[in-house]
Amino acid sequence: MSKVGIVIVSHSAKVAEGAADMVRQMVGTEIPLAWCGGNPEGGLGTNVEAIMKAIDKAWSDKGVAILVDLGGAETNSEMAVEMLPAERRRKVVVCNSPIVEGSVMAATEASGGASLADVRRTAEELSPV
Amino acid sequence: MTIDSTVIRKLVKATAERIVAHADELTALDQAIGDGDHGINMKRGFEAILADVDKISALPLPQALQAAGTILVMRVGGASGPLFGTLFMALGKALPDVPSRADAAQAFAAAIAAVQVRGKSEPGQKTMLDVLVPVQCALAGDRPLRDAAAEAAAATVPMKASRGRASFLGDRSIGHMDPGARSSQILIGAVLDVLEEKI
Repeated sequence: MSKVGIVIVSHSAKVAEGAADMVRQMVGTEIPLAWCGGNPEGGLGTNVEAIMKAIDKAWSDKGVAILVDLGGAETNSEMAVEMLPAERRRKVVVCNSPIVEGSVMAATEASGGASLADVRRTAEELSPV
Repeated sequence: MTIDSTVIRKLVKATAERIVAHADELTALDQAIGDGDHGINMKRGFEAILADVDKISALPLPQALQAAGTILVMRVGGASGPLFGTLFMALGKALPDVPSRADAAQAFAAAIAAVQVRGKSEPGQKTMLDVLVPVQCALAGDRPLRDAAAEAAAATVPMKASRGRASFLGDRSIGHMDPGARSSQILIGAVLDVLEEKI
């Protein structure tokens, strides 16, 4: 059964990687997962190209949920989604939730085979649907 | 007005040089109310545009603007990348090859609308829109653009931020010029200098 993919986008590569580590430990390796953090030069910031690559890496026909930290991560993620091919664009959502808690909750929901809409709702409400 | 390859080359150089020259000032403004990377981010983006000047200036104006916007989206590394990138790309989409002032005003309005959607923001929230919108009004109303941009940037000082990183500061954002408003003013000034043939 295909499962919704999770992408974690932080201003800090360390935060993104750490959140991904927590997802792997708590949820396991059965869901597609990718993370990115930092600007194109490796400093703090976010990077549309890296986000697009992460979406590609975590791609699932069931869709991809993106978890972000602060404003620029959200704006750059939305930009990245818009630059995807049209058939992929409608299968990617940016969740409005705290990055660490949201990532773990979204991944837990996704691991049970939930739909993209349910994964997003669980991340945003921080409790299972 | 015909904006040919020579003028596009001048526009790329002037905007990049101006952003690089003001990068420290923009970063200082951003350190006061943001995360302190606006100058360095904008510098990275405009230097990337400058590096592609041969390719960009070979394109017709609408495509040149879209190419420059895409570079900003990809290279800036902060929210200002998608915001300024969207401004340029939407301008490129809306401008005819040989725009009149009325065409420019109309295209600028379309580009501002795209930035508002991208940033989920509106004028009065202490953002780049607070320069772009008054300048668009001046453009449509045949008034001097440079003065409109300067007045509008200065008018962001007493504003309280309600969008962007500065909004985290609440009342403490009052008393500082918005970095995105200032960079918008700088870019508009550079464009006007080229179009008025001052450089």
